[in-house]
Amino acid sequence: MTPPLSRCIINHMITVLYFARLREELGRSSETIALPAAVRDVAGLRALLVARGGEWEQELALTRPVRAAVNQAMAQGDTQVADGDEIAFFPPVTGG
Amino acid sequence: MRGMTDEEVDPQPTIHNPLFRMTVRIQTADFDVSAEITALRRNNPKIGAIASFIGVVRDVSEDKAVSDMTLEHYPGMTEKAIEEIIGRARSRWNVLNALVIHRVGQLKPMDQIVLVVVAGTHRGDAFAACEFIMDYLKTRAPFWKKEQAGTGARWVEARETDDIAAERWRFKG
Repeated sequence: MTPPLSRCIINHMITVLYFARLREELGRSSETIALPAAVRDVAGLRALLVARGGEWEQELALTRPVRAAVNQAMAQGDTQVADGDEIAFFPPVTGG
Repeated sequence: MRGMTDEEVDPQPTIHNPLFRMTVRIQTADFDVSAEITALRRNNPKIGAIASFIGVVRDVSEDKAVSDMTLEHYPGMTEKAIEEIIGRARSRWNVLNALVIHRVGQLKPMDQIVLVVVAGTHRGDAFAACEFIMDYLKTRAPFWKKEQAGTGARWVEARETDDIAAERWRFKG
């Protein structure tokens, strides 16, 4: 089925980065995603990725301790996601 | 304990010292603590106290011998996160100068990982700010350690005690 015309014209592109264990398990360090209109925040994006199934479902499930950043600042599930944003998913940090 | 946001607890930023300086460096190379402190103190007769912390790679993690370690980070965000942490420390204590150096890449047991140096007029503020910066760095700066122990490699799990260490600053003077 063809998506509504508005979605074809307004192409919200975001960059998603993965670090550490997530980068290894998901087999990539970054990707560009066309954001569906229904996805407005970090929780929505995470659900979109979980829906890919397999290791995505396993690594990003809500029971897993996954952290996120939007435009290089720590974010929560309800942090808004917009066109051009850089969103990162990673495990709890272990520096120092 | 009621839920509090940082804004409710942290005091309003007070600029104690207009000459305040901060330096954040992420590097693979080792650092010379003495040279760094000498550079930080240079030409600043207002400094009366310098507190420093050095983090070092241990040879044992969860009862397993560690042969080497790889540190990954999020370039760009790492620097911003540490600058924000130093900014918080500055708004809370009288700090004249702060330096954080954090190494990334391959490290071995006994290698230095992280250096935090805080200079102030008096020791109380320097000690507190140094510990605060380190506690917050542990839970907020995007670094991840992967240890090589025996035949296998594993990502280090975050420790709850680190969260508790950072959390207690909300309720401390």
